[in-house]
Amino acid sequence: MATWRPDPSFYPSPRMAAKAPKETIAYVAAFDPDRQRPDAIAVVDVDPTSASYSQIVGQVDMPNVGDELHHFGWNACSSCLCPNAPHPHVERRYLVVPGLRSSRLHIIDTKPDPKNPRIIRVIDPAEIAEKANYSRLHTIHCGPEGIYVNALADRDGNAPGGIFLIDHDSFDVLGQWEMDRGPQKLAYDFWWHLGHDTMITSEWGTPETFENGLVPEVLLGSKYGRRLHFWDLNKRKHVQEIDLGEEHQLVFELRPAHDPTKAYGFVGCVISLKDLSASIWTWYRDGNQWAVKKVIEIPAEPADPDLLPPVLKGFKAVAPLVTDIDLSMDDRFLYVSCWGTGDMIQYDVSDPLAPKETGRVRIGGIVSRATHPKASNGALNGGPQMVEISRDGKRVYFTNSLYGAIDPQFYPDGIDGWMVKLDVGDNGGISFDENFFVNWPKGHRPHQVRLEGGDCSSDSYCYP
Amino acid sequence: MTDLWPWLSLAGLGAFHGINPAMGWLFAVALGLHRQSSRIVWLSLLPIAAGHAAAIAVVLAVFVAFGTVVDLRSLKLFAAALILGLAGYYAFYGHRHRVRVGMRTGMAGLALWSFLMATGHGAGLMLMPAVLGLCLADPSTTIPLGSSLPISVAAVALHTAATLAVTAAVAFAIVEWLGLGVLRTAWINFDLIWTLALVATGVILVVV
Repeated sequence: MATWRPDPSFYPSPRMAAKAPKETIAYVAAFDPDRQRPDAIAVVDVDPTSASYSQIVGQVDMPNVGDELHHFGWNACSSCLCPNAPHPHVERRYLVVPGLRSSRLHIIDTKPDPKNPRIIRVIDPAEIAEKANYSRLHTIHCGPEGIYVNALADRDGNAPGGIFLIDHDSFDVLGQWEMDRGPQKLAYDFWWHLGHDTMITSEWGTPETFENGLVPEVLLGSKYGRRLHFWDLNKRKHVQEIDLGEEHQLVFELRPAHDPTKAYGFVGCVISLKDLSASIWTWYRDGNQWAVKKVIEIPAEPADPDLLPPVLKGFKAVAPLVTDIDLSMDDRFLYVSCWGTGDMIQYDVSDPLAPKETGRVRIGGIVSRATHPKASNGALNGGPQMVEISRDGKRVYFTNSLYGAIDPQFYPDGIDGWMVKLDVGDNGGISFDENFFVNWPKGHRPHQVRLEGGDCSSDSYCYP
Repeated sequence: MTDLWPWLSLAGLGAFHGINPAMGWLFAVALGLHRQSSRIVWLSLLPIAAGHAAAIAVVLAVFVAFGTVVDLRSLKLFAAALILGLAGYYAFYGHRHRVRVGMRTGMAGLALWSFLMATGHGAGLMLMPAVLGLCLADPSTTIPLGSSLPISVAAVALHTAATLAVTAAVAFAIVEWLGLGVLRTAWINFDLIWTLALVATGVILVVV
């Protein structure tokens, strides 16, 4: 139902969004790696003044098992204020929650009681296959034409993966987004520069190369994704492809600058075949073309093979495995999750082509098993993974599980879920909030975090 | 005095169209901010006004042409049906379609955007009661082409001038005075008001 005034969580510019009220609850996707019980969206109390701070205070279970809830998003966000696609009287109210394995899409209403959200619609995989020809749903973004959903495969589980659109009011599947796909085949993440009419997409692989875990032959053969694709956002047309090179595998998370006048952004590459390092690349405008530059390289750490999982034993080193990154609303700090070593690193990216490290914490990690002041067992497994930043940039939340089939390849003794929070210094620097540690209930592993009213990877803006 | 009312309503509708963010001032402001130039704000208003004027002119031309062969009553009912149909469409599917003109557009793209937005919203149809009233007093005959052409041109000119004046005034107020924060609070639901205005126009054409 349309409202009379714009949704109060919409902001014209990232500067204004940074002044939003503090979040009091977080929604966290949680999945059962054994696919025996339903996955869930958990509600975590993140209000430090609350008696239930740092506790799960609500949960909505999915109606089926085996969805593998992964990334999710809002039905509407600040892009509704854009001048060329204005529709600000829709509410940021519904979470759009896809199953990566099931290809099922759940619409969850958070409004009547934000701590007890409820499912109002489930879109069947067959409907998505019929209307959009896609499966393996991955990332959600609210944008100019409604809700954009990307999918890692076509309806039969093969390439190409791509993007389809959903109506943000009725949640009807509107169809495939691409008009001209060009050479793009693999899919992973997508986002855009609204001010530059450009969409960017990245690459993982087809379901047969990840649903049973990473395949060493595919990885060593450089057959996983390593390219960025640039698209005309309005004409829905592929315009440019950039290959990061044969050694770079798993080109994952895309974080464009929030300021819509800026034409640069960051992408994380999980692993280099040369030395197991991870890297961060900046894309930027170079004349009439897009260009990329590797701006951060995080080296692998030598380690005792006895402490390493089989997949890493022969290398005698822990790969950092940069599996997620996030950019603060003021485009100043980039947070980099090193799921292998257990580091969460903060970089000052005020100069996007010359980042400087400004903070680092370590928790979990394949070898280090670093603990948290509030953890009871003294040795945590898993590592920093899905990371989310509050709109004001003062608080950073993250969880420790990557993907059901890949978790045991790097953490063979299993992953016990946790979620932590960092406090950010005024001029950088990060430290654990010693009072915030969610010891995740057994049976589920936590993945992506979304914050009440929006966060640093949910909204895009049209005004500087 | 009765002769003045249609002209006043044309100007009033111009002000109404001008104040609607979706008709152009918001785009002008956004482009000015993007390119860090208040000059771009003012320059953008010209293609926006031109596109709006063209959209109005096309609708009026079509109706005046039909009016030379069809009696006024039939013409009014036809216009009313179109408008009420459009209002119904807006009520149910208003957000479904967008004009795919991006933030990097040039002045020609902006004019095209404005033309398509005004046409799609039925801006020209909204003027029909006033223009038909001006073109002909006797509803039992057809529109005389000779006298209606200059009237229609004057109607387009007055409406566009009013639209442009209000568009420029709002853009000026936002850029120089209010700031973008006003979008969060003062942007009332113009889609709803617009739909109601279309319904009102359709009803007027049927009953008057």
